[in-house]
Amino acid sequence: MHKADKKRVVVIGGGAAGLEAAGQLARAGCIVTLLEKESETGGHVKNWYHLFPDIRNSDEVLKYLVRQADHGNITVRTGVTAGSLEKNGKSVIVKTSRGERIISDAVVLATGFDLFDSRRKEEYGYDIYHNVISSADLEVMFREGSVKRHDGEIPQRIGFVHCVGSRDSKVNNLYCSKLCCVTAVKQAMEIKKHIENARVYCFYMDMRMGGALYEELYKESQESYGIVYIRGKVSEVSDNIDSRLIVKVEDTLAGRPLRMELDMLVLMAGMEMSESGMRLAESSDLQTAENRFFAPADHHFGSNRSNMDGVFYAGTCTAPMNITDTISHARAVVADVTDYFRNINA
Amino acid sequence: MKFDPFVIPFNIGLFFILIYAVVRSIIWFRALSRPDKLRLQRGFFGRPFGQSLKEIFLESLIHRKIFKTNFLLGYMHMSLAFGWFLLILFGTIEADIFGDSHLNPPYKAIFFKYFNPVHGMTGIEAAYSFLMDLILAFILSGLLLAVIKRFYSRVVGMRKTTKLKTLDRIALTSLWMIFPSRLLAESFTSGAYGSGSFLTGSLGSSLASFLPAIEMAYPFWWLYSISLGTFFILLPLTRYMHIPTELFLIFARNSGIRTGDQPGAFMEMQIYSCSSCGICIDACQLNFSAGITNIQSAYLMKGLRNAEDVRDIASNCLMCGRCDIKCPVGIELTPVRMIARRSGDSEAGSKNGIWKKYFPERHPVAPEKQSHEPAYGWLPEAKVPKADVLYYAGCMTHLTPAVKNAMVKILDASGVNYDFIDRDGGVCCGRPLMLAGQDREARELINYNSQLIWKSGATTLVTSCPICYKVFRESYYLNVEVLHHTQFIRRLILKGSIRLSFLRKKVSYHTPSELGRRSGIYDDPKLVLMHVARFQKTGFDDENSLCCGGSLGNTRISHDQKNKIALDAVHELTKADPDILATACPLCKKTFAGVSDTPVADIAEIVAEALSLPVPPAGRKGKKILKHRETANID
Amino acid sequence: MEGFGFSVLKERHINYDANDKSIAEYIAEREPSFRTCIECGCCSATCTTGAFTNFSLRELQILLKRGENEIAREQISKCMLCGKCILVCPRGVNTRNVILLAREAFRKLMKNEV
Ligand code: SF4
Ligand code: SF4
Ligand code: SF4
Ligand code: SF4
Ligand code: SF4
Repeated sequence: MHKADKKRVVVIGGGAAGLEAAGQLARAGCIVTLLEKESETGGHVKNWYHLFPDIRNSDEVLKYLVRQADHGNITVRTGVTAGSLEKNGKSVIVKTSRGERIISDAVVLATGFDLFDSRRKEEYGYDIYHNVISSADLEVMFREGSVKRHDGEIPQRIGFVHCVGSRDSKVNNLYCSKLCCVTAVKQAMEIKKHIENARVYCFYMDMRMGGALYEELYKESQESYGIVYIRGKVSEVSDNIDSRLIVKVEDTLAGRPLRMELDMLVLMAGMEMSESGMRLAESSDLQTAENRFFAPADHHFGSNRSNMDGVFYAGTCTAPMNITDTISHARAVVADVTDYFRNINA
Repeated sequence: MKFDPFVIPFNIGLFFILIYAVVRSIIWFRALSRPDKLRLQRGFFGRPFGQSLKEIFLESLIHRKIFKTNFLLGYMHMSLAFGWFLLILFGTIEADIFGDSHLNPPYKAIFFKYFNPVHGMTGIEAAYSFLMDLILAFILSGLLLAVIKRFYSRVVGMRKTTKLKTLDRIALTSLWMIFPSRLLAESFTSGAYGSGSFLTGSLGSSLASFLPAIEMAYPFWWLYSISLGTFFILLPLTRYMHIPTELFLIFARNSGIRTGDQPGAFMEMQIYSCSSCGICIDACQLNFSAGITNIQSAYLMKGLRNAEDVRDIASNCLMCGRCDIKCPVGIELTPVRMIARRSGDSEAGSKNGIWKKYFPERHPVAPEKQSHEPAYGWLPEAKVPKADVLYYAGCMTHLTPAVKNAMVKILDASGVNYDFIDRDGGVCCGRPLMLAGQDREARELINYNSQLIWKSGATTLVTSCPICYKVFRESYYLNVEVLHHTQFIRRLILKGSIRLSFLRKKVSYHTPSELGRRSGIYDDPKLVLMHVARFQKTGFDDENSLCCGGSLGNTRISHDQKNKIALDAVHELTKADPDILATACPLCKKTFAGVSDTPVADIAEIVAEALSLPVPPAGRKGKKILKHRETANID
Repeated sequence: MEGFGFSVLKERHINYDANDKSIAEYIAEREPSFRTCIECGCCSATCTTGAFTNFSLRELQILLKRGENEIAREQISKCMLCGKCILVCPRGVNTRNVILLAREAFRKLMKNEV
């Protein structure tokens, strides 16, 4: 069984997928080096406040993840970027930004995702109007405990724009980011918790509530929180003299254009293949799909395998997924890695 | 008088084409509008005449413009046209001096060698004969290139050579046969009599060494004559009609005649003047970026000549004007295309009867049947702005709020008294409708906006969108000065109304087609940029600028094809690795921003950024405020 | 009680099977992006004409697809072809061409000027 014993594995990326994968591999006997490009691990999770569907504090998840990676077999190296991968016989050489060559028996890519840069949808006015913020900005506000407009006022009317940078061929992202609908629902409810009298509106094209307990959350947001859902994609945002935001949308169900004045607008930024992932794909000939995420070797039974022997994927570098799925995917990579060791030793 | 039956085909052809040219010229002349007729008459007896002769020499014979674009292609066109011209000129002189009579019929010059086989053995005669051989060699070298180009178009640097129809093919074959058959005919004759210079003489003597030269010569003289005759007779049915037509066109153009917006004789002349050189195909981004290879101007001209339904071709074009600038014949390609767009639903072209082919119906496009209901009865009662300077952001600018905000900042800083026409969105300027060939509908919008502008009492109209700028300037009757915002900003800088700091950023500038080639504004944007940042060239500057791909001129191409054009363009424009890719059109900005890794910004945004940096020294600040007051006092 | 009240009420169903969808087919054949609309309403939200009249490009397209051609025929001449809609459409529908083709189709297939 212990074919994985003392095998050297490099995990690239220290977010949810990377930490979990490293932890599980270490427990299977591998000697793991975890590379994180930033100064600390935790990835996007550490920027989030509460997580859907149960509104638990994300710190709990973060703590679990850090504990997972706290193992004698794991060396965590922060501030290191992987430049390219190279096969050398059976081993894979990871070249780092610092010019090192780390020799390993297998590599797990957990390079994750980047949040869509909302400035690319200029018509929504991010970085132009002060009170247009992104879902990530709002999460920071939640963490800091105060949701305020730029001028310090408490916003009374808040809108959420779904599908910003997702499902939009104008920014070359035709795919759905899967999480932003439920994130919007969660954030809308949280706004209500922060600002009791606030009126909250969600502008959506479709409510994609595919996860466990999502639909329930959606219903609760209507029933108990009075969140108003308007079906239509926002076309543009402008401001008026007292710097209220004016949103243009068609209420497609009523069949009439609708204008609304808001104090604050939250853009539900989608997920994109991370830039670091993209660079690795280019430098190391790893296949990517039409949506620019890594293309797994097989959609059904090889979602952790790449087109390069000894190189594996974990988490959102292959597609948008929530934390639950990311952790499952990261666990699954261990099965593929150990399988691989068994085969090359045979 | 010397004569031989083999000259008959040539003579028939020659007289046919001469008569045809006269008749056709009369038809065209009569079809011109009254003012255009006057123009042409005045032009013919005035200064434009000399101008035209010069242009005919430079363009129709030397093909200077083609040379500039592509040396080999230029050489090919020149050797055929100029060489042939020289051959006829010197041939006539030769026949005149050395022949036994003066004022010969044309065939004497063309077939001089046949009738004077021993000419050119010594002295001045030999030198002359050397000259004639040299010219023939010159032509043959060009012909060789032409043959190579047809089969391996890449050699001559062309990406794509125009496709041929049957008659063109026969005419082309006869054209190709003319000079080789002349070479062989002259060589055999020279071989038989021991005359001829370095080319015909040496080829002749070597041929004569193993072939019966006299017997061989005669059929080639026939072939030479038949080729010439066939070519002349077919000429009006083929693209070679461009050779005589271009002469007429040059006179007409130099006399001040322009295409305008109606089909007519001038448009027809232009259509027939296209030489199918294919330069427009190479210039077209739809061709080299989007892989659309059947709509370029060469094909439009061909379709119009053949009275085909060209509306699909006409509509699938960015209206970028790159081909206009490059066309060596100087055909006004975009106006012609606009006319083709305005045409009605297709009615079968007049294609039956050989006579019809020689004299096709005059209007190659049918005017659109128009309904008389007003389309825009719904236009709202508008609030008239009152200000000195009116700002019309434009439809597209409302989707690029950064540009709109930057303009507001600049306008505020300048202290001018201004107001928006379209603060919360307005009525379209009308140009998109015009680009789709719907001028009548566009008029309604133009009238609506005009009223607003007239009533406002403004003196200046500023717009951020080059599409609007062009239509305001050209199709509105206004009592205000129309400025694009780059022009306006430049004036503000010159007047000292705004003070700008210098940004330490490298900026490459994309000239929007609509502002550059289509409106002639090249310098203002560049000067403004040089004032605030480190301006760098792109290799696609000014007239040679690219289209962003997002043009409203094209109603047919898909989003993906637009993206391909945009990607290629951004790639070229950012080769110098700028910090910002600047442009001066909201549509260009939006199109590029979708595909560019380099940040894209309108010049207004860059200026607004330079404005926000604190720089004015304390001493001058008072002056600046004074300036504001001065301007404020004017109203 | 059979037929009670029905004689005076107009049938409200879209009679999908009987409706004439030739206009939509004419457009889709020449401009396949017409088929990819997801009814997001972005085009109709940005449209200036839609702000002042009951013209809605989104609605017009779906009606044509269902063979409910009358409203579309009444409304379609109102568009200014300004192109804002094309810039915002998340599906890259070539909206201006859809409009031009719809007008053309009405002219050709219905022998009717719009
Ligand atoms: S999850 Fe919802 S908001 Fe996110 S891309 Fe999909 S549909 Fe849009
Ligand atoms: S339109 Fe002008 S550039 Fe194009 S083929 Fe004709 S002559 Fe050449
Ligand atoms: S105007 Fe531009 S797009 Fe149109 S044919 Fe000429 S080069 Fe091509
Ligand atoms: S092109 Fe027509 S439908 Fe589109 S935004 Fe303009 S007016 Fe509206
Ligand atoms: S914007 Fe595009 S996808 Fe949305 S309704 Fe209009 S045409 Fe359809």
